[in-house]
Amino acid sequence: MKQLLTMAVAVGLMGSVPIVAQATPEQDMKEYQAHYHKRFPNVPHDDFINGLYALDPEKRSQWEAIEDFPPYTVAVEEGEKLFNTPFANGKTYASCFKNGGIGIKQDYPYFDTKTGQVKTIELEINECRVKNGEKPLGYQKGDIASISAYMSWTSRGNTINVKIPNDPRALAAYESGKEHYYAKRGQLNMSCADCHVSYPGYYVRANILSPGLGQTSHFPTFRSKWQNMGTLHRRYGGCNRQVRAASFDPQSEEYRNLEYFHTYMSNGLEINGPGSRM
Amino acid sequence: MRPFPSIITTATSIAALLGSLALAPVAVSAQEAEASAAEQGKQVAFDRRKGNCLACHAVEGGDMTGNIGPPLVAMKARFPDKARLRAQIWDSTKANPNSIMPPFGRHQVLTEKEIDQIVEYMYTL
Ligand code: HEC
Ligand code: HEC
Repeated sequence: MKQLLTMAVAVGLMGSVPIVAQATPEQDMKEYQAHYHKRFPNVPHDDFINGLYALDPEKRSQWEAIEDFPPYTVAVEEGEKLFNTPFANGKTYASCFKNGGIGIKQDYPYFDTKTGQVKTIELEINECRVKNGEKPLGYQKGDIASISAYMSWTSRGNTINVKIPNDPRALAAYESGKEHYYAKRGQLNMSCADCHVSYPGYYVRANILSPGLGQTSHFPTFRSKWQNMGTLHRRYGGCNRQVRAASFDPQSEEYRNLEYFHTYMSNGLEINGPGSRM
Repeated sequence: MRPFPSIITTATSIAALLGSLALAPVAVSAQEAEASAAEQGKQVAFDRRKGNCLACHAVEGGDMTGNIGPPLVAMKARFPDKARLRAQIWDSTKANPNSIMPPFGRHQVLTEKEIDQIVEYMYTL
């Protein structure tokens, strides 16, 4: 069965990755954004950061009522406290990031030419801890989501600016994320793009599908279903599992590459994290 | 043959009882058999862990249905060839390689029997 599914995924992949082999990331991004502009001519470009609420006025007004007393405020405050509390060695998170970690979320994830890896903000939060003799945090929720929420909060209004340097390894990471995004997977045989590129605005049961454009701008996010904050990779895992595909570990190379592609597609939009979703 | 009463569970005896009731007078008419297959097909189609067709299709009697796929109505008229209807459910990617609809047979989401039952049910719509 497993073999059958892997084969099916591979076949699905051939079917769904655009045949225009090796378009540049820049071309991909322009086409990706144009797709949503054409599909939703009445949604202003900057509004895509609001996910499905950009598409549905009724859900939007319910959500705006929630945002009057945002459920992520506690996490932002908690995150600020954690961020500023010195480690046992006296150093703080600020020592690990450019600009002391303030207002930098728009540059993540980035390709680190030293290690040849995509670096996300959560990965670097833990790298900072380990470098300073502290234990790493779990990647899906809890303290890491609070610290990341605070770092997003200080970056609100900044423009997403993910770069793909002219390095074959960076391009390979980007292509691997793109492949994950367009590959049909799982027993139910669906790709990220099936739901968020082909059918945004449609209903799956009572859920409206959000456009892929702008999806990364507001993470981490307080989700009513979770009743707490979750990181982007927590959401990736959920979206993989709902098509009965195996999920990958949060901060695995697979998900970091996916985040690289996924966020690059939203270049030029504003950071509005942390977010809340019903 | 006399069964050992002690090893017959209540469940199996009830099943046996129901089974013999169903077979009661002589044999089920073909029409009745189809009706019960359609009934079971409806259950499989509505079950979230099985067909979950309502996630994407409006179907009579289903609420909070999705709208990714077309409403499933007048199926007999639209699929006069039953085999084509079955093929669409068994592997939707044959007709449309990019179909978001799960290939229920090819990926063994449903058994062959369950797909047959759904086809019968579709013909009642
Ligand atoms: C079966 C359909 C389906 C597939 C396939 C799917 N998703 Fe989702 N996704 C949803 C639904 C439903 C939601 C919740 C409503 C929404 O915001 O779109 C969601 C939400 C999300 C969100 C949160 C959006 C927000 O505004 O907070 C992200 C990010 C996301 N998906 C990414 C992905 C990625 C990446 C993949 C592939 C690995 C994927 N999804 C595959 C259905 C799907
Ligand atoms: C994730 C979405 C999804 C699910 C779940 C789904 N379908 Fe579909 N279905 C579609 C789409 C989209 C189409 C339109 C054709 C295409 O794109 O393949 C379709 C087409 C069909 C058609 C052809 C209709 C026509 O008039 O051409 C039939 C019949 C059908 N589906 C039956 C079912 C049945 C039965 C189930 C459940 C066992 C089911 N579908 C589950 C999305 C779905």
